[in-house]
Amino acid sequence: MLTFLAKRILQLIPTLFFVSVLIFSLQQLLPGDPALIMAGEDRDPEVIEQIRKQYRLDQPLPVQYIYWMKGVFTGDLGESMRIKQKVLDLVLQKLPVTIQLATMAFIIAISIGITAGVISAVKKDTVWDYAANIFALWGLSTPNFWLGIMLIFLFSVQLGWLPPSGYVPLTEDWKQSLLTTIMPAFVLGNALAAVLMRHTRSAMLQALNSDYVRTARAKGLLERKVVLKHAMRNALIPVITIGALDLGTLLSGAVLTEQIFTIPGFGKLIIDAVFNRDYAVVQGVVLITATVYIALNLIADVLYVLVNPRLRG
Amino acid sequence: MSDVPYDSALVPKRADETVESPARRAWRRLKRRKGAMVGLAIIGVFVLLAIFAPLLAPFDPAAQSWAAVRKAPSAIYWFGTDEVGRDVFSRVVFGTRASLLAGVISVSIALGVGVPVGLISGYLGGWVDALLSRITDAMLAVPFLILAIALAAFLGPSLGNAMIAIGVTTTPIFVRLTRGQVMAVKVEDYVEAARAIGNPRWRIALFHILPNIMPALLVQATLSIAIAIIAEAALSFLGLGQQPPAPSWGSMLNSAQRFLTQAPWMAIWPGLAIFLAVLSFNLVGDGLRDALDPKER
Repeated sequence: MLTFLAKRILQLIPTLFFVSVLIFSLQQLLPGDPALIMAGEDRDPEVIEQIRKQYRLDQPLPVQYIYWMKGVFTGDLGESMRIKQKVLDLVLQKLPVTIQLATMAFIIAISIGITAGVISAVKKDTVWDYAANIFALWGLSTPNFWLGIMLIFLFSVQLGWLPPSGYVPLTEDWKQSLLTTIMPAFVLGNALAAVLMRHTRSAMLQALNSDYVRTARAKGLLERKVVLKHAMRNALIPVITIGALDLGTLLSGAVLTEQIFTIPGFGKLIIDAVFNRDYAVVQGVVLITATVYIALNLIADVLYVLVNPRLRG
Repeated sequence: MSDVPYDSALVPKRADETVESPARRAWRRLKRRKGAMVGLAIIGVFVLLAIFAPLLAPFDPAAQSWAAVRKAPSAIYWFGTDEVGRDVFSRVVFGTRASLLAGVISVSIALGVGVPVGLISGYLGGWVDALLSRITDAMLAVPFLILAIALAAFLGPSLGNAMIAIGVTTTPIFVRLTRGQVMAVKVEDYVEAARAIGNPRWRIALFHILPNIMPALLVQATLSIAIAIIAEAALSFLGLGQQPPAPSWGSMLNSAQRFLTQAPWMAIWPGLAIFLAVLSFNLVGDGLRDALDPKER
């Protein structure tokens, strides 16, 4: 297990290196001279020259990259040009909000996706199966920003049950916090629920046709016990790892969801940075997202080995 | 005995026997899947809408009318009007162009770059494969939409740049898929035979390996168009795609959000159009996957 872990971590080094190169190169895509953009409308030659020196834009690209990486390793991701605050501090402020949202979305996705998947497999070729498959197709095909708008229309505008936007931290008022995040969490979890449903269904179908389930049935066990204790336990192994992997994609979805529900999280931070041309924040956020995503991949791999006895040892 | 492989060329053909081509077989199987057929029909309707938009739209999609601001759906304005009096139906019809174009062009970019890179990576192996695989891993490590947003932001907001951003972001999926398929196929006997008779590498890759990995690429391309349509709508929704006043389903939803209480129809129709377009490509993609699966008989 330790060797596996060590190998897996070693493999991450080149990936992280290329991620950093990719994110650093984003800056090079900027049309025109970054110093001119940073200088704003004044464009005083002295100011431009000073900016060039300050941000080392007068140095060759590899040197600029090395300085940037040096900053990354010391936790210095640069400073927001607009808010004049350290990028890392900004991220640390916003991340808990998105983590709360993603966790709620994940719980919703697992509850709906796995339940629908198990029912669909057990009741194969019945109306339940068709309904679950239609749900999966709906989940995969509905743009979450549209779903968000429609839910606001229904639950906030028409029924007045839930607030249409805003966010209250869990620590401040947990009830209000749940009320403000339940709709965005559902929107975010919807597509993941569809993915999990499909995986659960196929894993369950495979498990239900296996020899050990046939043996369990032959022993005269109750069908409920066969499904829940024998088939489901084995079928959920790959599903859980896929779920852990998809947790990272929730970060992507959070960008739009937070925008629609005006939630001051990680996603909204990147969009605001994009529109304010706050490139240091965009780079920092993308770098942190990628690192979190890579870490989740690693956790999923380790989890898979841990829960699968045949791979242990 | 029926499972024993035989070389059809060595077995004399009966006069009444016709050999079914793989494409024809796939089409026959696809036709049996109702979902895929419904999907194809919807795609057909969208393509017709996109081509004949000027003939089908009753109004100019950019024409504003202060006398018709936020009018509810009626016999004149089938889907109602927006905040500056533009006809929502005409804008939805014209918006089909941006969505379909973005779907097809961005996936073509991803195929055009991803497949050759995947072929080289999988076929050559060694350090080339190791290097290309790490770059692919790095691109896949950044969540799809975040990378697309970052690229679109750095390139500047426009439909063309959104397509490039989505295409570049989708590319690693095709690199990885092609590489995996090539690795599986290159050890097959027919590739070995092609090598034995002295075919150059490029010829083996293009004429012996590529045709055999086409089914997997076709399925992925269809499903990727669905993802690209959502991504284009998302970028336009955020203001990074199609720029106003040109119609796009995503940007229509953006303005609709501000008038949800007074004019909910502004949000319903463009959203429904995105949903139907994405659903149709997903249905066809699912159908193709089943129809091209060699285990299916």
